[in-house]
Amino acid sequence: MALTGLDIYKLLPKTNCKECGFATCLAFAMALAQKKVSLDKCPSITAQAKEALESAAQPPVKLVTIGAGDKKIEIGNETVIYRHEQKFYHQAAIGLLIEDSSAQDRIDKAIAEIKGLEFERVGQKIAVNLICVRNSSGVKDKFVSTVKKVAAGSDLCIALDSIDAAAALEAARSIRGRRPLVICRNMKILPEFVKAAREENLPLAVSASTLEEAAQATDIAKRSGVDEIIINLDGNGLAKTIQDFTYARRAALKKNFRALGYPFLAFTSQAEPHLELAEAVSYVLKYAGIVIMKNRDKDFIFPLLVARQDIYQDPQKPVQVEPKIYEVGKVTKDSPVAVTTNFSITYFTVAAEVESSKVPTYIVVCDSEGMSVLTAWAAEKFTAEQIADTLKKSGIEGIVSHKKIIIPGYVSVLSGKLEEVSGWKVSVGPREASGIPNYLRNWK
Amino acid sequence: MPIELIKEKCSSPINSVEIGVSGKKVVTIGGESAMPFLFDEGNMPNAPRVALEILDSEPAEWPEELIRPFGDSLKDPVGWAVKCVKDFGAGILCVRLQSTHPDYGSKDADHVIPILKSIIKETAVPLIVIGGGDDERDNIVLPKVSQALKGENCLLGIATQNNYKTLAATALADGHSIIAESPIDINIAKQVNILISDMGFNPHKILMHPTTTSLGYGMEYVYSIMERGRLAAFIGDKMLAMPFILFVGSEAWKTKEAKEAASAQGVNWEITTAVSMLQAGADLLVMRHPEAAENVRKYIEIVMNGGGKK
Repeated sequence: MALTGLDIYKLLPKTNCKECGFATCLAFAMALAQKKVSLDKCPSITAQAKEALESAAQPPVKLVTIGAGDKKIEIGNETVIYRHEQKFYHQAAIGLLIEDSSAQDRIDKAIAEIKGLEFERVGQKIAVNLICVRNSSGVKDKFVSTVKKVAAGSDLCIALDSIDAAAALEAARSIRGRRPLVICRNMKILPEFVKAAREENLPLAVSASTLEEAAQATDIAKRSGVDEIIINLDGNGLAKTIQDFTYARRAALKKNFRALGYPFLAFTSQAEPHLELAEAVSYVLKYAGIVIMKNRDKDFIFPLLVARQDIYQDPQKPVQVEPKIYEVGKVTKDSPVAVTTNFSITYFTVAAEVESSKVPTYIVVCDSEGMSVLTAWAAEKFTAEQIADTLKKSGIEGIVSHKKIIIPGYVSVLSGKLEEVSGWKVSVGPREASGIPNYLRNWK
Repeated sequence: MPIELIKEKCSSPINSVEIGVSGKKVVTIGGESAMPFLFDEGNMPNAPRVALEILDSEPAEWPEELIRPFGDSLKDPVGWAVKCVKDFGAGILCVRLQSTHPDYGSKDADHVIPILKSIIKETAVPLIVIGGGDDERDNIVLPKVSQALKGENCLLGIATQNNYKTLAATALADGHSIIAESPIDINIAKQVNILISDMGFNPHKILMHPTTTSLGYGMEYVYSIMERGRLAAFIGDKMLAMPFILFVGSEAWKTKEAKEAASAQGVNWEITTAVSMLQAGADLLVMRHPEAAENVRKYIEIVMNGGGKK
């Protein structure tokens, strides 16, 4: 949250000494607010004022990087409570838990399965991001060897979850270069973890059960020189955690409250897989920076990843598909031709229904600038002329042996004009995509 | 460390809408005065509710996984309704009058009314009744249905900006509540509520359907429209203070991810859509798969337990 000129003025010495080159402190404050001048120009600024001003210039939620290279995670730096205000910037990382007390073959299996949790959807790759190794065995060597095994078998980011700072430090050193996240589970041992994180320049997650404790912990970590901090709200369960995430985000954004201005981490608490999924989805929707799950069944992880993809979509920029001819099923020259817009959801909805009709069909997608059918029509991005032009340029005429085109039911008013300008015979399809299977089965 | 949290207080809560009749079973929908599950900022006097959806005729295009839990009961809407209530714990039922749609046989009101009456008799749970989705047919069938169910205080739908008069007039005359739908557009949502209220309809008998879209198919658009609507309602916009109803079952099971994948994925698709809508402010979810519905009910219980350790 940026400070106004007047806010800054209050922090200045108000001596009007002119050393900064401005006639008055107020003029200097105004220039500072517009970022036209540096604070260093003021010779008599106090340390507190300097800190307050510098902190105001920082983003309200700290950007934290875990890992290195292609698969590194960047979380934080968020600017809004509600996505319609702007957008959510840095997707929550999804992590999976591996316990070092598990049998070797089960650990190998887990690593292999986690590798498969990568999907493509609406032209984007979606995947889990992190493996959290937990020192459930309590044995340092076991922890270090498991971490090494995970690092060797997976290129995902790694989180180290041990109550033994020495074990965490040794594990971190054993995979130097991977820049793992170190999780400190307990305030009492925070100084040791802070030391380890600082030595290896690693991001550190502090754990707390209340926001007050969390603020205290981040303050200690920051003052001790750790820069990249994450807050793990521990052990409060789903209901309390989503509330705290919301209050913390508000405090960071609206009050510029630094001690809570960090990304948040949550471990799922529900044991039943469906409820664990529901819990993880809730955290993703409500401001978590990292969610760590136990269940790695892809039937559960895939919907979670799609929910994340949805909610981090930029509300101002609809996702579009390429305007061209799409073939659904084993099309022939006698297959029906349908036309729709290039808003990805419109296209994928239509394509799914065409597919379920089992009638092979060509879908000609017009460039409607990412608008849905009705919106595009209202905005004159889906007119008879534009459809006729798309048909012509697509070359569909040379592909099918007929000249019959199906248009969405919502734009039935275009029929006459479209026949006139395109020379194609127009039939009006259903208004809702759900009517497509029935319609296509009866199409002649 | 002392911290200053911002607790946003609302000046005007969401309306409470009753469905069903006292003496039998009544449910109250809505009434909250905070964004979802933020109990430090306001109340949610009524937990969000889950209704199970049934069709008045055997579903033609349902995937195997959705047919499995119901088996042969799908052939008999009354038996299906009873199964939903007895076996699957449904406290509210939604009957979609699919058979009245031209694509599914254009059945008349006298075909569906006995079915609805038997369902009421056999289950005694509050009823949501929605038309087949063809405006012309709905305007013929729904008034007769409304009249036949007079006094049952059902929730009838669906009224839209271009087709609300017939349904609103008949629901008003017969004492039912109504579903007002808008196409993911907050201004139209408000407009439909105004149009219906202007006919003399009690705003406390209207539920809003902001349009439902499934996970992966634009769920986030609805999510944000709901959040915007809620924020406006809480600062006093009475024409957006209606509870939200979402048809998550029918939308989730339309997707190929639900239909064509291994069994668990469809159920999870429905659960994930439902949870997202609850976190955006949904008050009433109409669901299809009993396992998804049961898990969402458990989820609601957990989050309503606000702050308690679990």
